Amino acid sequence: MRLAWGLVAPLGLAYSAFFLAPLLILGVVSFYQDEAMTEFGTAQWRRFLLDQFHWKVIGDTLLLGLKTVAATLLLGLPLALVYRAASARWQRVLLFIVVMPLLTSVVVRTFAWIVILGREGLINRLVLDLGLAAEPLRLLQTELGLVISLTQIEMPLLLLPVLAVMVRIDPNVLDASASLGASRWRTLFRVILPLAAPGIAAGCALVFASATTAFISQSVIGGSRLVYLPAIIWQQAMVVAHWPFAATAAISLLLSVSAVIAVIATAGRIAAGRVEAPTHG
Amino acid sequence: MIVAAEGETQINVAQQVEHLENTASSLRGHVLDVKGLTIAYGGFVALAGVDLQVQAGEVLALLGPSGCGKTSLLRAIAGFVRQRSGQVLIDGRPIDGLPPERRQVGIVFQNYALFPHMSVAGNIAFGLEARGARRREIAERVDGLLELVQLGGFADRRPAQLSGGQQQRVALARALAIEPRILLLDEPFAALDRALRLDMQIEIKRLQRRLGLTTILVTHDQDEAMSVADRIAVMRDGSIEQLGTPVEVYDRPANLFVAGFIGTTNALPCTVLGWSNGAAQLRMQDGGTLALPTEVPPPAAGHNAILAVRPEHLVLHDEPGEGRFLVTLGLALPLGGQTIREASLGDGTALRLIEQRHGAIPRRSSQAWCGIAVGATPTLFEASSRKDP
Repeated sequence: MRLAWGLVAPLGLAYSAFFLAPLLILGVVSFYQDEAMTEFGTAQWRRFLLDQFHWKVIGDTLLLGLKTVAATLLLGLPLALVYRAASARWQRVLLFIVVMPLLTSVVVRTFAWIVILGREGLINRLVLDLGLAAEPLRLLQTELGLVISLTQIEMPLLLLPVLAVMVRIDPNVLDASASLGASRWRTLFRVILPLAAPGIAAGCALVFASATTAFISQSVIGGSRLVYLPAIIWQQAMVVAHWPFAATAAISLLLSVSAVIAVIATAGRIAAGRVEAPTHG
Repeated sequence: MIVAAEGETQINVAQQVEHLENTASSLRGHVLDVKGLTIAYGGFVALAGVDLQVQAGEVLALLGPSGCGKTSLLRAIAGFVRQRSGQVLIDGRPIDGLPPERRQVGIVFQNYALFPHMSVAGNIAFGLEARGARRREIAERVDGLLELVQLGGFADRRPAQLSGGQQQRVALARALAIEPRILLLDEPFAALDRALRLDMQIEIKRLQRRLGLTTILVTHDQDEAMSVADRIAVMRDGSIEQLGTPVEVYDRPANLFVAGFIGTTNALPCTVLGWSNGAAQLRMQDGGTLALPTEVPPPAAGHNAILAVRPEHLVLHDEPGEGRFLVTLGLALPLGGQTIREASLGDGTALRLIEQRHGAIPRRSSQAWCGIAVGATPTLFEASSRKDP
């Protein structure tokens, strides 16, 4: 079949010029031996990879992403199940609530979380008033606080693809499962989740990619005590102006995040029963 | 080697079929009772106090137009909807408190509702796994069921790789795997094309007979109900209008709705003159009179009535005569060995006649006299009982 490749040209050219080319330049820059970018060599890569500290930062960054994915799944999946069973009117209401955060800027949402998580914030006032703790909890500048706020901030990215697959599940299939003797849990794990797996995997990949690279939230809520790769890139590029090292860190972030996403995607395909959807007349 | 393995499989299959038939004989006694079942969604009453008994090993068709409550009744038996009042009993024991997964009621859906992410074998094994059967036992049962529905080589296919008829066989095998006490078929043939539909109707009837399964078939297709069911429950507006064998329902419809829904009916307006010598005296619209042999007393004299006559029970004559009325003839359509003729009464009431065709369709003038065939049993309804289908 002849594809109308011409239709792809505008986006293709834009991507080549503003995404692919910069990425290639980034790759080239990372192989400059020195800060002044005069000769090529692997000095930056050796400096980055041979330092235990950088590996710890990569680990912390990926772990932050995984914790956020876990928290969004834990809170988002039950909502998605409710959404699937809800009437069309309630589905519209729920969808609006889910999408609403996307209508406010990440910066605003991040600062809102400072108000909520701070020493004098909403949570601490509640905890103190209820007598659950003698002194305010430290939530700001902790990983816990960061995961809590990222969970809220990234939730729409998980839910949009998950809700899309949930509504496509044929209710008869669930009735069939029950009539065959499957408990609600068996129906959930053997039928609903495998059928929703492609959407869940897509949502997890989006949340993971977004949480690991959420520079604003990481630096505003995490503060300077918690160091993640985006902060290193920013510091090297914008503060120290060490472009080759910043490029090395950026590519490392890209590769490590991509590797985890590849694992998530594979897991999704396996959970879906490796269904390649052979559409057959 | 291969030959030996095949021989072994065949023995297994034979054992499996035997096993199914043995278990079936123990299931043969399952009687379904529905008592005063009422289902309402919000203010809409889908089922209004329905009573029904399905005998062991019987196929009962729930027949009616969409929205008549037949699907609601099916879903209540399966346990997918909760009734507002009334009871469902299997062998005299209420099952209302049981969730669907503990009712042991098999269901085949109109769209088959196969698990798209599982193989054919996985679909059939699902119910057995849910009941915690042993792996070996599951494998043997799945093989036996695949053979039973003639899908021997398809165990590893995905549902999407099967034709409609094959998908339906898988859905049937999946439902049979749990040895259901009652088998429910929800418009199972609607998605199949005409030729395949007849094949599958015969197939399902054959399996149902062989396994002695008590079966309820939901359909809006009267031909399907007539050919597959032992008894038909004609439903409308959440109630059963008539319950009887296909022949009873066709020959002695309880009311005009049933007469109109099962087969084609000509509704001839008339006036009752009286009842004498076992025949109702009727005055037709054109002023002619007609004596209709009937054992049941007709509506009182002077009442308006509707005479429901099947198309094959009307005969055309060239001359006027006793009990004949004048009609204007319309189109004549040959349909295999029969001719379908359109006609109309003086006031425009449309009629339809079926004549056996011998050779070419005889030419007739634009008018003829129509009479009731000898031995025909038209049904007389009081005009006020007329309900629009």
